Amino acid sequence: MTTPPPPLQVRGAVRSFGSTRAVDGVDLELHAGELLVLVGPSGCGKSTLLRSIAGLVPLDEGSITVGGEVVDDGRSNTPPEHRPVGMVFQDHSLFPHLTIGDNVAFGIRKAPAAERKAKVAELLAMVEIDHLAKRYPHEISGGERQRASVARAVAPHPRLLLLDEPFAALDPNLREQVRTQLVNLLRATETPAVFVSHDQAEAMALGDRVAVMRAGRLEQLGSGPDIYDRPVNRFVASFMGDAAFLPVTQGDAGPQTELGPIDAEPSSAAREAVIRPADVGLEADPEGQSEVIDSTYQGPTWTYDVRLPSGAVVRSTRPRSLALQHGDRVRACLDTTAPALVQADGG
Amino acid sequence: MTAHARTARLSRIGWGSFAVIAAVVTVVPVAAVVGGILQPSTDVWRQQWDTRLPGEIWTSLLLVVGVCTVAVVLGVGLAWLVGAHDFPGRGFFTWAFVLPLALPAYILGFVVSSVFGVAGPIQSTWRDLFGRDAWFPEVRSLPMAIAVFSLTLYPYVYLMARAALRDQAGDSFSVARSLGASTGEAFRKVVVPMLRPALAAGAAIVAMETLTDFATVQYFNVDTVTVGVFRIWRGSYDRDAAAEIACLVLAFAVIAIMLERVFRGRARFAESGGHGAGFTRRRLRGAKAVLATIGSSIVVILAFGAPTAQLVAWAYEEQTSPRGTPLTDQFPEYLRHSATLTLCTVGICLLVAVLTTNGLRFAPSKVVAVAKRLSTIGYAVPGVVVAMGVILTLVGLDRFLGTFHRGLPGTVATGSFLALVYAYGVRFLAPSVTSVESGLDQVPPDLTASARSLGSRPATVLRCIHLPLSKGSMLTAAILVGVDALKELPIALLLRPIGFDTLPVWTYNLASESRFHQAALPALTIIAVALIPVALLSRGLDRRSSE
Repeated sequence: MTTPPPPLQVRGAVRSFGSTRAVDGVDLELHAGELLVLVGPSGCGKSTLLRSIAGLVPLDEGSITVGGEVVDDGRSNTPPEHRPVGMVFQDHSLFPHLTIGDNVAFGIRKAPAAERKAKVAELLAMVEIDHLAKRYPHEISGGERQRASVARAVAPHPRLLLLDEPFAALDPNLREQVRTQLVNLLRATETPAVFVSHDQAEAMALGDRVAVMRAGRLEQLGSGPDIYDRPVNRFVASFMGDAAFLPVTQGDAGPQTELGPIDAEPSSAAREAVIRPADVGLEADPEGQSEVIDSTYQGPTWTYDVRLPSGAVVRSTRPRSLALQHGDRVRACLDTTAPALVQADGG
Repeated sequence: MTAHARTARLSRIGWGSFAVIAAVVTVVPVAAVVGGILQPSTDVWRQQWDTRLPGEIWTSLLLVVGVCTVAVVLGVGLAWLVGAHDFPGRGFFTWAFVLPLALPAYILGFVVSSVFGVAGPIQSTWRDLFGRDAWFPEVRSLPMAIAVFSLTLYPYVYLMARAALRDQAGDSFSVARSLGASTGEAFRKVVVPMLRPALAAGAAIVAMETLTDFATVQYFNVDTVTVGVFRIWRGSYDRDAAAEIACLVLAFAVIAIMLERVFRGRARFAESGGHGAGFTRRRLRGAKAVLATIGSSIVVILAFGAPTAQLVAWAYEEQTSPRGTPLTDQFPEYLRHSATLTLCTVGICLLVAVLTTNGLRFAPSKVVAVAKRLSTIGYAVPGVVVAMGVILTLVGLDRFLGTFHRGLPGTVATGSFLALVYAYGVRFLAPSVTSVESGLDQVPPDLTASARSLGSRPATVLRCIHLPLSKGSMLTAAILVGVDALKELPIALLLRPIGFDTLPVWTYNLASESRFHQAALPALTIIAVALIPVALLSRGLDRRSSE
């Protein structure tokens, strides 16, 4: 018995606009039933890559295979209507002249009426807007529109669902709720999906795996903790969350940073340690060599910026029981002995 | 390559080709006229040059410059009056100033020449008062022609100036005033420069409309180059010679467009479509208010009210006259001709506009974009040039088919329905493409993408998404093209097949035989239909100003 082909394979994908390489040699493979989040700063090529997969932007080079079928080989490409791919757009893109029910039914127009009706009802119920089937898009809220748009994309049973920052226009509370419904819907329909986001927190919360893109290239692909805790370079480290970088030096007891010794190969000298705010311990000490230069109250926690004796500044997130003032002297240490290491000039 | 990819490529080529074909079909007639000049018939030119041509060129120049000047002054003045001031009747005049658009120059022309003519009521009264030999200004003259054209064409300038005043100049005017400029200073130094692009565009349309006319000018004995083309064509059916002289008309048009570009300079603010706060209107009081109301009334009465009333009176007299009016029996036939021609033109223009604009959406490329723009060239080409170009093209096609022992049906060389519709299509494709395009622009590209990734082919997307969502703009396109086509006289006069007279042609023929009473009915019909887009335009003005 052969294993089924992966829902999506991207090989050496290149797409240029003028002299800019929007997508510059990307390789990517999606596992069955997986939700992959493509994340990166704006202009990194994540939307272009998504649109290439959908068939809206042909590739210059490379290939895209959906469910084992080559849909783009850099020379010819299958048009979007013949790809087993659904897409949800940033601005919902519901057809304004059709009701929500008719919108969801649009992709399954050719199915028998009874089947179609049942499917629409089922999907609308899954995203909890079954009472809105007769309404028009302009008559419902932004969150409801986005849910309808997801239901519409899933209706024709695509082998792959693509979502282009679908929740960017929603307010944060609503976003979380709609996101949960989306995940439930994807799990229920066993639809693998590629989700584009510029929000690293959303990426980690949502993705089975996260792909970080910069300037058309895939910088790192892995699970959320992988990427947060083991970033491959400075860019990924700082894009995925607050990070300071301290040089690793060779001390008497082995490799160390200004905050203390770390577990690392002796050859790590040319590298830098990624210092996450949660990993920096602080202790008030009038004799301390470090100084609090900024403090921000954030409810459950305080965030402090601390200047070390070398002049380097690290950030520390501490519980609110520890209240320090601007100018306080502190002793800083590393709560972990295994910080991520990145190449010093890794950009 | 998969089968899907292959069909997709064919479909893309298909969609892209609509615009390219439309562009070729539109550009060929114009190119044919221009190309003809490369092999000039020297004897015709010499003969023309020795007789009428220098005079015709000079007259054309005077006429166009005169009409543009008067129309710009009138259009801007009225726009400024209602845009920045308040006076009794302002709301009414705001849209009433657009009414003359419904009155083609060839209709106002014959009303004026008859009422003010030697046999008309004005001169008769004048002679009764001041004696048989009392001096009266010559009616059949260039200044009168300029007056008639200006009164019918100023609304183009008025509309553009009004939009620019409303959307752009308001804020700047207030700023200038707050910086200490007087009203007059602020108008001269801030408003007029900001209106420049709108004025240039308006004046270019006015110039084009004036150039293309050869009916109105004949009421006033004004011999322009366009009249020359008509005379050569109807006199000798020498299409090459007529087309070559038509090239001169095209040269005038090109100069007008170039002047527009130069005059507009690098300014692009009229196109930025901003929505400023508009003007805080200054209330006129006392004598000034009275003057504003009376002045506005005079314009509306002269340009629309009086001539329409006169036509109604003539038509009424004619219908109630005991002598009977056998001509009225022919009315349905002319109406049918006009309706057939108009519907065909609208149908073709809409079809081509929908296919080309959607083609650009489904198969975007530089070539298609350029082709789509080229296909709108007809609006910048005087009708007489389009007409001659279409004749040259069809004759060329006929000859080409002849080598295969085939031919086009009918006598294309002297005018046929096919030639007529072709020429109308070339001339009126632009407003149709522009409207349909603005409708499609309202459909976000992601909507098209959604529909396609839900499994719809381009043709299905067009039918299920694009067409339902751009119904309004298609209706606008149909009305604009339809009314333009119904009003069109020069092309119909040049190309109509024998016995296929349209309402404007009938009106013109009756008027040139001084049968004004009988001309009144078809003239009124044209005005009534032409009022539809004017009403739509005015509604647009109101809606915007109430925002």
